[in-house]
Amino acid sequence: MISHHLPALQVVVPLLAAPLCFLLGRYRRLGWILSTLVSWLCLLIALQLAYQVVDGGQIHYAFGGWAPPWGIEYRVDQLNALVLLIVSGIAAVMFPYSWNSIQNEVDPEQQPLFFTCMLLCLAGLLGITITGDAFNLFVLLEISSLSTYTLISLGRDRRALTASFQYLIMGTIGATFILIGVGILYMLTGTLNMADLSDRIGNIGESRALQAGFGFLIVGIGLKLAMFPLHLWLPNAYAFAPSVVSAFIAATATKVAVYVMVRYLFTIFGPEFSFSAMNIHWLFIPAGLIAVLFTSIVALFQRDIKRMLAYSSVAQIGYMLVGIGLVSTTGLTAALLHLFNHALMKGALFLSMGAVCYRLGNTLIDNMDGIGRQMPWTMGAFVAGGLSIIGVPLTVGFISKWYLILAALEQGWWPVAVIVLLGSLIAVIYVWRVVEAAYLHQRPDQAKTVKEAPASLLVPTWILVLANFYFGIDASFTVGFTSSAATTLFGAP
Amino acid sequence: MIAFSLFNYWIVIILMMAGFYTVIASGNLVKKIVGLNIFQTSVFIMYISMGKVIGGTAPIVTVNTELYSNPLPHVLILTAIVVGVATTALGLSLIIRIKEAYHSVEEEEILAISQQEDESE
Repeated sequence: MISHHLPALQVVVPLLAAPLCFLLGRYRRLGWILSTLVSWLCLLIALQLAYQVVDGGQIHYAFGGWAPPWGIEYRVDQLNALVLLIVSGIAAVMFPYSWNSIQNEVDPEQQPLFFTCMLLCLAGLLGITITGDAFNLFVLLEISSLSTYTLISLGRDRRALTASFQYLIMGTIGATFILIGVGILYMLTGTLNMADLSDRIGNIGESRALQAGFGFLIVGIGLKLAMFPLHLWLPNAYAFAPSVVSAFIAATATKVAVYVMVRYLFTIFGPEFSFSAMNIHWLFIPAGLIAVLFTSIVALFQRDIKRMLAYSSVAQIGYMLVGIGLVSTTGLTAALLHLFNHALMKGALFLSMGAVCYRLGNTLIDNMDGIGRQMPWTMGAFVAGGLSIIGVPLTVGFISKWYLILAALEQGWWPVAVIVLLGSLIAVIYVWRVVEAAYLHQRPDQAKTVKEAPASLLVPTWILVLANFYFGIDASFTVGFTSSAATTLFGAP
Repeated sequence: MIAFSLFNYWIVIILMMAGFYTVIASGNLVKKIVGLNIFQTSVFIMYISMGKVIGGTAPIVTVNTELYSNPLPHVLILTAIVVGVATTALGLSLIIRIKEAYHSVEEEEILAISQQEDESE
């Protein structure tokens, strides 16, 4: 009985737990335990949903019993089951980590608010992923965005406030653009249900209004996913947010935005319109390649490692855009694989930096001289995550880059493959800077000695590190899931 | 008369551009929020206008009427207005905290202070 309502529970459970967390008020630890349990429950639901669609089926859920297109429909297929899995999986790792991490970084009286916002953000992200209604997507997008702005502003540094404000301005412009785009689509088709939209858009033919709507949606979603050059909000937001927030949004928020982009391009507009009529790949490939090179180089010069990782995130988004822009099943598979894999590697990297922040108070590279010997597990996790970002075999980074290069060569576009490899080489340099500081430099005599981070921080970090290796060695699950999702998106062969 | 039939949409475009310009060009954080509000309001008007069916009455079931305006966009935009209010509230409260932390709401001054902090790290 209850299993029939799983798609709704996926979103409703964290949404209802959020105000409960707030009401628990000064019983902060209770709020933390509640939110951790909720995040685990979300993971279980996502696993169950993924299990139900693993054979290529679809789950339709009509909200409140109102049949679509009048009511809001939740729809699960292989594409969003994968995204649900990664978002709730990352959340299930982050919530246990958060308690110790925020003790040093967030004021005690704001901590109930912290868990409330984290749960709202989780509910919003899961909702964006699962919904089959274009307007519902906008509302859930704003739920997750507003809670993200709040979470970023909880950072101790006062620059967190300006970073949050900048993100609020750019994020709201992006969301409003999406709203305009949805409005134009509604004017043209008279429906908001995604399946109906895709049916009716095919019959419109050449229409200036449709092209305008497409443009608004691409720019709006592009702002949300930090598509180069719309990424300017991202580095400061990730650098000054509390560590666990950086880790959570780096691993999930942009991934969900990439999912929305794929959903709009392939399911709603259809590959025919997006690529043959609008030639959107001529925007994605240059933007993606410039992001890979330019932001990787900018990352080299950052002294705050969290900001370095933020720039690296923009570069990784570039790889996903290139994958989408290659307009082939292999390319899309590579983009979706990288979506999944990048969440694992950036999660691990940001969590290890959170552990460094817990002991050192900041993540400046100048203070990290010689800590490799004093915090071996933490820095070991960073090195492992770094290897994955570079794309060393046996890590997940290798799998997605391998598919991306395959897809580029399949089209005969070897310069794209060269730039992808070049991006990896630059990643070697920025990861090496940290390795050099942490392992090869001597700890200065006047610097305070640091201890290894507590187990409550190390265990979640290493769970993600091990996931990096597990899905790097046995990629049959991820590759199978993504390639069959990609085939479906391109229309059954 | 034809020029007036699209009157609402002309207003939408004018408001949209005015708001968007204010967000980008203004250095004062409060003015940015005001601009953002105007920008969002233009979209609300766009949604409200598209619900109008020429010759249709208000969507309340009565005898002797057969043509109604479409109420759905109006309902949608109620939600969007709530979202807009929440965004404005959050933006203004951030400005208060920025004012407390930096003693300024001018973007240039805040940027200069932040850059000094970046370099002195």
